[in-house]
Amino acid sequence: MSGNLYIYVLIMAAVTYLIRMLPLTLIRREIKNVYIRSFLYYVPYVTLAVMTFPAILSATKVFWSALAGFLVAVILAYRGGSLFKVSISSCLAVFLVELFF
Amino acid sequence: MKSNSECWKEGFKDGIPICLGYIAVSFTFGIMARNAGLTTFQAVLISAVNVTSAGQFAGLGLITAGAAYMEMAVTQFVINLRYCLMSCSLSQKLEPETSVARRLLMSFGITDEIFGVSAAFEGRLNPFYTYGAICVALPGWVLGTFLGVVSGNILPERILSALGVALYGMFIAIIIPPTRKSRVLGGLVLASMAMSFLFAQIPLLNRISSGFKIIILTILIAGVAALRYPVSEEAADER
Repeated sequence: MSGNLYIYVLIMAAVTYLIRMLPLTLIRREIKNVYIRSFLYYVPYVTLAVMTFPAILSATKVFWSALAGFLVAVILAYRGGSLFKVSISSCLAVFLVELFF
Repeated sequence: MKSNSECWKEGFKDGIPICLGYIAVSFTFGIMARNAGLTTFQAVLISAVNVTSAGQFAGLGLITAGAAYMEMAVTQFVINLRYCLMSCSLSQKLEPETSVARRLLMSFGITDEIFGVSAAFEGRLNPFYTYGAICVALPGWVLGTFLGVVSGNILPERILSALGVALYGMFIAIIIPPTRKSRVLGGLVLASMAMSFLFAQIPLLNRISSGFKIIILTILIAGVAALRYPVSEEAADER
C-alpha cells in the first residue's frame, strides 16, 4: 500500500456519493418530454432484469441449486408473493437442493 | 395518502431481504479486506461510507496495488456510473416539492437494491420509505463486513451459498409482478434477460465489466422501448 488508506476511502466515498446525489438533487422538476419520461420509466425493469440474469445462475455453489432458486423466485413472484417471501423461498430452495450435493 | 411513519415501516420491512443478502455479500468483502491487510475498523469504515459492492471490491484491489488517487477516482466513477441512471429515474418518481435535504439524505443509500424497492413503490415515492429500507439494509452491510473480518468462517458455507440468491430473488419479486398486467413490460424483462445472457456468452462482449454492461443494455433497451412504446402521462403518474 503506497497511498494513505483514508485518502483512498475518502475518494471512493466522495465519487460514489456524487454520482448518486447529483441527478436526484439537480433534476427537481418533472420532465415533460414524453420520450425521456418513458425512458426513465423503463429503466428499473431493464436494469434489474440485466443484473439478475444470468448472474443468479452462478451465485451459488452449484448450478442446479441456483436454477432451483431462480425458478422458485419467478413462480412465486408471478403469483404475487411479497419481496420477503420470494427472496427467502429462493434461498430455501437453494439450501434444500444443495443438501443433495 | 400513507403517512411518513407508515412508509418508513413499509420500507423497513422490504429492507429485510436486502439486509440478509447484504450480510452474505459484505461477509466476503470482509474476508478479502482482512486478507489485504486492513484492520477491522478500516474495513467497516469502507463499507459504512460506500455501500456498494462492485465499487468496494475494485477499490480494495486498487488500495492493495497502491494505485494513484486519480486512478481510484476514475475507477469508482466508471463502476458506479449506473447509479446515475438510477437516480435520474428516481428523480421523476419523487414529488417535485421534495426538499433538497431529503434528496441529499436519500442519495446516500441508492444501491442497486434500495433503488429496486424504491422504484417499485406504489405511486409517488415517499423518501421515508427509502429511509426505512436503508435503516435495515445498511446495518446488514456493515455487520456482514465486520463478521467477515473478525472470523472468516463464522457462517457455514451452505448458508452463504443459499443467501447468495437473496438479492436476485428480491429483484425478481420486483420486476415479475408488473409483467402480468403489461405485455410491454413482460417483453421488456424477457428481452433484457436475453440480451444480458447474450452479452455473457458472446466473445469480446463477455469481457465488458458488469457495470458497463448494465449501462449499455439499459440505455439501449429502455431507449428502444421508450421510442416504440411511449408511456402516457397518466400511466407514468400511476406507477
